[in-house]
Amino acid sequence: MSSLTYILKRLLLMIPTFFLVMVIIFLLVRLLPGDPAIAMAGDRASDADIAAIRERLGLTEPMLVQFWLFLSNTLHGDLGRSILMRTDVIDVIADRLPITVFLTLYSVVLSLLIAGPLAFVAALNRGRWPDAVIRTVFQIGLSMPVFYIGLVLLTFLAAQLRLFPVGGYGDTFGERLYHLFLPSITVALYTSAIIMRNLRSAIIEVLDAEYVQFARAKGLPARLILGRHVLRNALISTVTLLGLSIGNLMSGTLVTETVFAVPGMGRLMLEAIFARDYPLIQGLTLTFAVLVSLVFLLTDLFQSRLDPRMRLQ
Amino acid sequence: MSDATYNPVAQNPSKWRQALRKPGFVAGLMIIGFSILLAVFPGAFAPYDPNAIDYLAVRQPPSWAHPFGTDLLGRDSLSRVIWAYQVNMQMAVFATVFALLIGVVIGALVGYYRGIADLIFGRVVDAVITFPFLVLVIAVVAVLGPGLINMYIAITVVGWVYYARLMRAEVIAQMGNDYAAAGIVMGYSDRRIIFRHLLPNAITPVIVYWMTDMALAILLGSSLGYLGLGAQPPQAEWGVLIAEGRNFISTAWWLSLMPGIAIVLTGLGFSLLGDGLADLLRPRG
Amino acid sequence: MGMNNKTPILEIEALNTTFYRNGQALPAVREVSFSVARGEVLGLVGESGSGKSVTLRSIMGLARRYGDVSGQVRWQGRDLVPMPDRELRLIQGREIAMIFQEPMTSLNPLLTIGLQIEENLLAHTNLSRAARRDRAIEMLDLVGIPSAAQRLKDYPHQFSGGMRQRVMIAIALAANPKLLLADEPTTALDVTIQAQILDLILRLAEEMEMGVVLVTHDLGVVAQTCDNVSVMYAGRIVEQGPVRNVLREPRHPYTVGLMRSVPENLPPRTPLYSIQGVPPSLDTLPSGCAFAPRCSACVEACVQGRPDLSRVTDTRHVACFNPVIDAKGNAA
Repeated sequence: MSSLTYILKRLLLMIPTFFLVMVIIFLLVRLLPGDPAIAMAGDRASDADIAAIRERLGLTEPMLVQFWLFLSNTLHGDLGRSILMRTDVIDVIADRLPITVFLTLYSVVLSLLIAGPLAFVAALNRGRWPDAVIRTVFQIGLSMPVFYIGLVLLTFLAAQLRLFPVGGYGDTFGERLYHLFLPSITVALYTSAIIMRNLRSAIIEVLDAEYVQFARAKGLPARLILGRHVLRNALISTVTLLGLSIGNLMSGTLVTETVFAVPGMGRLMLEAIFARDYPLIQGLTLTFAVLVSLVFLLTDLFQSRLDPRMRLQ
Repeated sequence: MSDATYNPVAQNPSKWRQALRKPGFVAGLMIIGFSILLAVFPGAFAPYDPNAIDYLAVRQPPSWAHPFGTDLLGRDSLSRVIWAYQVNMQMAVFATVFALLIGVVIGALVGYYRGIADLIFGRVVDAVITFPFLVLVIAVVAVLGPGLINMYIAITVVGWVYYARLMRAEVIAQMGNDYAAAGIVMGYSDRRIIFRHLLPNAITPVIVYWMTDMALAILLGSSLGYLGLGAQPPQAEWGVLIAEGRNFISTAWWLSLMPGIAIVLTGLGFSLLGDGLADLLRPRG
Repeated sequence: MGMNNKTPILEIEALNTTFYRNGQALPAVREVSFSVARGEVLGLVGESGSGKSVTLRSIMGLARRYGDVSGQVRWQGRDLVPMPDRELRLIQGREIAMIFQEPMTSLNPLLTIGLQIEENLLAHTNLSRAARRDRAIEMLDLVGIPSAAQRLKDYPHQFSGGMRQRVMIAIALAANPKLLLADEPTTALDVTIQAQILDLILRLAEEMEMGVVLVTHDLGVVAQTCDNVSVMYAGRIVEQGPVRNVLREPRHPYTVGLMRSVPENLPPRTPLYSIQGVPPSLDTLPSGCAFAPRCSACVEACVQGRPDLSRVTDTRHVACFNPVIDAKGNAA
């Protein structure tokens, strides 16, 4: 199968998934107890105010009509108006999206830089002290909530030692790398713990695989066995793992943006929640889902490039 | 390598003895055992009333009288951290157990009957994992309103999918075994095959995942508490305590540090216990 | 039988391999000794878990990554056991080659078979790139892969099971080794293909004047292919000798049991024989003879102590206190 048809097939499969994603987001506001109109209007609103809001949100129409409107508006890029920001939701998101994407990519790179080499060291020294030390440290890391890691780093590296800025975002690429280092490393420390753990077992599995035993029996140089036979196969698991962890990573981004006051989608989401800005909440939730499924897609494509078995199926 | 027959339900007692020799598992058992004690009898361990306000002793650093110092209202931090065990340990249970029950039943049914229900289930799983977990949970909390109960509902609404997915896969794997086929041939009712035969054998990985999930639930619960979406002040909850201390972290570091240590320790306890259980319940070896 | 007169190229003496799990020592191979001469085919037979595979991996230097290996593995006078990895690599693949049981999992799924042959040649020969390619094609031809030149760019999953086993043989033998260690090379294959692969191995062994150590659980295979045979049970060799003698007059009750479980030797409608019980697991080996609990000829001495492998004739060795003596397999 050529990669073009593969991409097309993969995209087609996303249609039913996204239909359900839309259903979930739609039902979120309508099915759960609590009237969004009352919630949005606040406690002191008059009945007339509530009715007006209800009208504006289209809550007076029958459910199916409402869903149809929601679907077609979304497909036309109309996510409604944000109550909090007083502009179109799509514009607010377009404004914040790059920051969150940058932060996420930065975190991915840092997680890989931390987890990759250490997973290798642990796997190659399995059962000996370097393995034990690395696993213990990461097990503790895995038990630390992201907001706590962030708070500790913020206090000591930014506030006390003044090595990094306390907040903000920066304008140039270099400034961004500097400003977003702490927020990113916060997420990376947590996600790398997840990745390290799984990657270590994946590498051990590859090291024990018969084809690696066969490569050893061929008397190949050690660097060739590691570089060509082990690394290449472990790379597939790494990519898969990273892809699957993207949801975790983005959850972490949301928290880290709040801790470090980074003006991204995560912090906006929390602001929207406290302001009961339902259109904005819906829009952000949808954007997060689109980002995750894009990553899933890229992971699949990358895998199919890397693994000849998938390429020809 | 050996094909020795293996009964997944009956466990070898010597494996328990072996597990009890592993320091990680023992440490996990001790941490969680002590955490449960603190959660059930906080009054017996806490030196002070966690809500006793003392404006004359505000933000006192750790001392013999107040080993963890005092907070913004002069309340004893150690007592507040201990009373918080009640809430946070409760999170580990309530944020997971309903998701587990719903997930196990749905997963078992879908795995047994397959067909159209399985098809729909597959799409639902795809759709739910397309949302970052925290984003979906806080979106639900947003609609329900902040608070502990709503947080449990939100986590359950999202979390059952993960249990169901695991259970479904396991039931399908178990269906391949002879005893399931034998049950069908012998004309047992579906209910009996699913709940008496398949479920007890398929539940092991779910239990192992449950342990990890309890650790995650504490992290998630305290994160939501920190963000203001979970437990609400003045309730003593680790995330809330850390949030209260966050503005004073350079002058009154103990306010945020101590509850943080409690989170890490409890999370570590659950994950060590989970790893030990995984070894214990894993077939073969 | 005349093979034993040749000078051996590989001599194993008192090989011990121990693995550790949960702080417990698992004696996988114990006091194994045998030798192989150039052009000789030696069979290593036993049930799964008897240590025959581990023996091969210990010779090849693969087992020492996972446990302790002691004793001597003398290859043309040099002991491979203490040899550092760097030196050992000049023997692995170049002088001693090994093929594995599962052709599905033993070839790297991500690399073309051309590359997997070539890297072997690159490590062990001075051939130019073009010459390596020619040699790779020649090898694929030799093992019977049709249109070899076109298939260099193919990946393992594009071959059938039997073809994959041929590819593995081609890769292993590319550098012209003097000894081939074959770990159940036909077990994973269809019955019809098994014979073809065995024939191929024997033909190549003869053409290339290679010694072969063939690990198998199938006495039928041994009868067809081997010059000498060593029967292993629970990590030890229990009987050793020229194939014809051992199969005609087995001395160890375990060998007798193994022979009786080969269905081909039976008249029609005879119930299929199997040795009662299961092999002991390595962490609960009895202190006496490991086979005693399953042995119909077991006597008091078998429970008390362990019989050593001792010489019974010029060419035969047996480890048994109560060996079988007559040709029909009746106990003494």
